Amino acid sequence: MTDLERKQRLPVPSEWTYAPAPESRDVLQLRERYGHFVGGEWLEPKETYPTISPATEEVLAEVGQATSEEVDLAVEAARGAYENGWSSLPGSERAKYLFRIARILQERAREFAVLESLNGGKPIKESRDVDLPLAAAHFFYYAGWADKLEYAFPNRKPKPVGVAGQIIPWNFPLLMLSWKIAPALACGNTVVLKPAETTPLTALLFCDVLRQAELPPGVVNIVTGDGSTGAALVKHPGIDKIAFTGSTDVGKAIQRELAGTGKKLTLELGGKAANVIFDDAALDQAVEGIVNGIYFNQGHVCCAGSRLLVQESISEAVIDKLKRRLTTLRVGDPLDKNTDVGAINSKLQLDKITELVQAGKEEGAEIYQPPCRLPEKGYWFVPTVFTNVAQSYRIAQEEIFGPVLSVLTFRTPEEAVEKANNTPYGLSAGVWTEKGSRILWMAQQLKAGVVWANTYNRFDPTSPFGGYKESGYGREGGKHGLEPYLTFDSEAFGG
Amino acid sequence: MAQAPVLPRGFELPLEPRLPRIGSVDQVAVEERAASLAKRSIKRESKLFALDLAIRMMDLTTLEGADTPGKVAALCSKAMRPDPVDPTIPPVAAVCVYPNLVPVAKEKLGHSGVKVASVATGFPSGQFPIEVKLADVRSAVELGADEIDMVIDRGAFLSGRYAKVYDEIVRVKEAAGDLHLKVILETGELGTYDNVRRASLLAMAAGADFIKTSTGKISPAATLPVALVMLEAIRDVHDETGRVVGFKPAGGVRSAKQAVQHLVLVHETLGPDWMTPDLHRFGASSLLNDVLMQIRKEKTGRYQGPDYFTID
Repeated sequence: MTDLERKQRLPVPSEWTYAPAPESRDVLQLRERYGHFVGGEWLEPKETYPTISPATEEVLAEVGQATSEEVDLAVEAARGAYENGWSSLPGSERAKYLFRIARILQERAREFAVLESLNGGKPIKESRDVDLPLAAAHFFYYAGWADKLEYAFPNRKPKPVGVAGQIIPWNFPLLMLSWKIAPALACGNTVVLKPAETTPLTALLFCDVLRQAELPPGVVNIVTGDGSTGAALVKHPGIDKIAFTGSTDVGKAIQRELAGTGKKLTLELGGKAANVIFDDAALDQAVEGIVNGIYFNQGHVCCAGSRLLVQESISEAVIDKLKRRLTTLRVGDPLDKNTDVGAINSKLQLDKITELVQAGKEEGAEIYQPPCRLPEKGYWFVPTVFTNVAQSYRIAQEEIFGPVLSVLTFRTPEEAVEKANNTPYGLSAGVWTEKGSRILWMAQQLKAGVVWANTYNRFDPTSPFGGYKESGYGREGGKHGLEPYLTFDSEAFGG
Repeated sequence: MAQAPVLPRGFELPLEPRLPRIGSVDQVAVEERAASLAKRSIKRESKLFALDLAIRMMDLTTLEGADTPGKVAALCSKAMRPDPVDPTIPPVAAVCVYPNLVPVAKEKLGHSGVKVASVATGFPSGQFPIEVKLADVRSAVELGADEIDMVIDRGAFLSGRYAKVYDEIVRVKEAAGDLHLKVILETGELGTYDNVRRASLLAMAAGADFIKTSTGKISPAATLPVALVMLEAIRDVHDETGRVVGFKPAGGVRSAKQAVQHLVLVHETLGPDWMTPDLHRFGASSLLNDVLMQIRKEKTGRYQGPDYFTID
């Protein structure tokens, strides 16, 4: 009899399982059909498509597929609002609207969180504890800047750019909306925003908030649709600035399209971040950081810590701890409050993840997936770890954008830096060590827009976010996030 | 395994990549993890299961200067039959008292299966000569205690005299013989999670059967992050050596909700094997009635006032 068996003399009735704890959908009142939000009114769409819940494939609503004519109307409305008051409104007045939007988002947080999880597949605990609080925080933060632009950029006479075309991804639908809209409005621009094809609903619900806040019509316009809608927006001559968050391929296409047009552009694209664990790190917390780095939001995070670089002397211990931790991840119904990993956002994305994981197996990496019962309907992928990964494997090079971690080892800090930087991307990185000096040294060496130390995937509206290399350019968040939405009077320097 | 060359005392050479490491704890991250586990939503049958288990894991405690045979006898009745109205409620694991009251508890509890735990070693401060501490333990043993809850010498620990702390635990373990030894770290006095981890490993290395957070005399006591740090230390020791050590959060666990949160921590850190009164205890005085109240609420769908539950 082992020590453990001896200790278990007393019978335990049965294994403890958590009863389902679903968040109620009753707070939501979805319409059957949504149009485009143009000039403060709902525009009846010419064409529509169904938007679904990726967890159940249930159709939630029909939404508009905007054509270039509908995009025209939206840009026209934005231009009108820009010319007729919004751009010349005192900053303190613009701030009032932003504060109001922030407060309404807080008040209606539960409704938005439920819808975000329903339409996007992310666990309710994340939409409730991360997406919604951060979205409101962004509006609060930029509301504070609206009347202080002169102080943010002294002697440069900041002015709004005009009409901003904003295209956002499906991984953080409402949060990305707030990252885009809040600074744009704070700086006096008006907006035409296109949410991602698969996750338009929180953006459409947000139109309700705009009305509730009595934002002047046309200041924010929302058109839904697929890539063709986005392309129409990018090409539109009435747009002064494009802000895009999404894949590197599309980002490059946009950059080509805009070359020579004089339109301002910021791009926040893909990533293949290294999460570097040194042998002196607090191991159990580092393991939590790894899990949070790659399984947060099913790995649908551009800054996900998808490459784990672990010092070889502790790799065995870290991998053992990590594998055990994976067995406690709860995969399933996004609306269940105990769910840790939700549904994959779309069939398309699931296919992409499956394809890359297959490639990893074929290339010779060792795969680990915890025992896990997935729901029959919907799009799901078991949290996955690949060990024995070489730098040359596709799973170590390409962005998977799913719950798949590639583990590589290193011997010295120099080697860690070299491997971490050996990627076309440069969005983020993580460093885990108890040595303060090493954190600072690593942060200097790593070519990444964000370097987290002893934490991962931590966001704050005051902190700029953005990439190097093929992860894009321009910063969102912080004072830096104002700059793409302003033009500056260069004569001010001379005068 | 290779033999470590002789080095000055206190040095430890890494001869294997997987030697148990003292390691460190990141405060921000451990508090975050504990807070996220505390948000697990435990409902209906899983809540009832947890509450029933919490009672079976409880060390019902009274450690006051004013304790009398009458008070302890009353506590023992409550321990054996926590809810006279509901016969499905199990008895608690043990009562925990000062050595002088062990005979009263022993007599009252008889063959009920409820154990008698006695604090010893100069509880709660531990600031006594080792001979006094050992005598304290021996008399608790002679008086009939089934389990010994000792305190470590925090003064020695905080001044870096780890060997003294270690040696004392070893000697107390000897004096306690076969009795179950719980080692109280008094985490509220240790100051950092690093120290909590270090003291946990020290106590386990010295032979503790259980490691216990607190005396209940100092606040903060059994906070969730402290519990998590100690559970992770237990897990590391089990992984490296196969030794199985139990955990007892004590002090500050007053509500059924907190007890369930602690059980979630155990469940997701050590796994179902540790979900037994043999490896997990709650040291508490006021927790029991809240658990009873919650159980009745789960069963009947409505709350009853505190007067429907006996004080002791």
